Amino acid sequence: MRYSQKRMATEENKNAAAGSGSQSGAKAATQPAAQQGFVYLPLIAGWLVPGAGHFLLGKWIRGSLLAASVLGMFVTGLAMKGELYTSVHNILDILCLAGDLGNGLLYVAGRVAGWGAEQVQTTVADWGARFIVVSGLLNVIAAVDAHNLRTGRKS
Amino acid sequence: MTYFPAVLLFALFASTVFGITQRETPRGMIRYGIYCFVLFVGSAIALSWLMFFIAR
Repeated sequence: MRYSQKRMATEENKNAAAGSGSQSGAKAATQPAAQQGFVYLPLIAGWLVPGAGHFLLGKWIRGSLLAASVLGMFVTGLAMKGELYTSVHNILDILCLAGDLGNGLLYVAGRVAGWGAEQVQTTVADWGARFIVVSGLLNVIAAVDAHNLRTGRKS
Repeated sequence: MTYFPAVLLFALFASTVFGITQRETPRGMIRYGIYCFVLFVGSAIALSWLMFFIAR
């Protein structure tokens, strides 16, 4: 592994970059269990289920707070009769749909269950639609944070 | 729901995520979360007053 960003030059990464094939195999055996396996798993899990990426890494408090924040914003948006974007008509709709997709399985569940208003009709419902979009964007930030924890970019 | 509770809820959720993801230590997370919360709410109040005076 080679990383170009700050804080990536940990002893572990330096050793992995400097080591030969046989040595890296031996080092892999000495790595903790949390550092082995599919490196993108926390990223994908965190995107699909809010907080799951942090739970996989044993960061229970952080994961719980992130899950509560994302779920809270999503549910608040639905309670305000916000819209789940299903089709796109212009560039703003495309951006809003991309934000909604950041909610992962919450968006899929919402589509399947028919949550959200068909059409935004009040000012509060417009705020609700923004809440849902922003909850998806916050979920993406949380998933990337889980990935950074997994790769050692963040402690 | 009126505008101000919506602002408070939005600021609370967003600043929680920002605090956790943008800082490394628990102390730094709390401080940055509070900083973001104050900025969200403060800027909403400031812009509201600005629009109030523009509309007069």
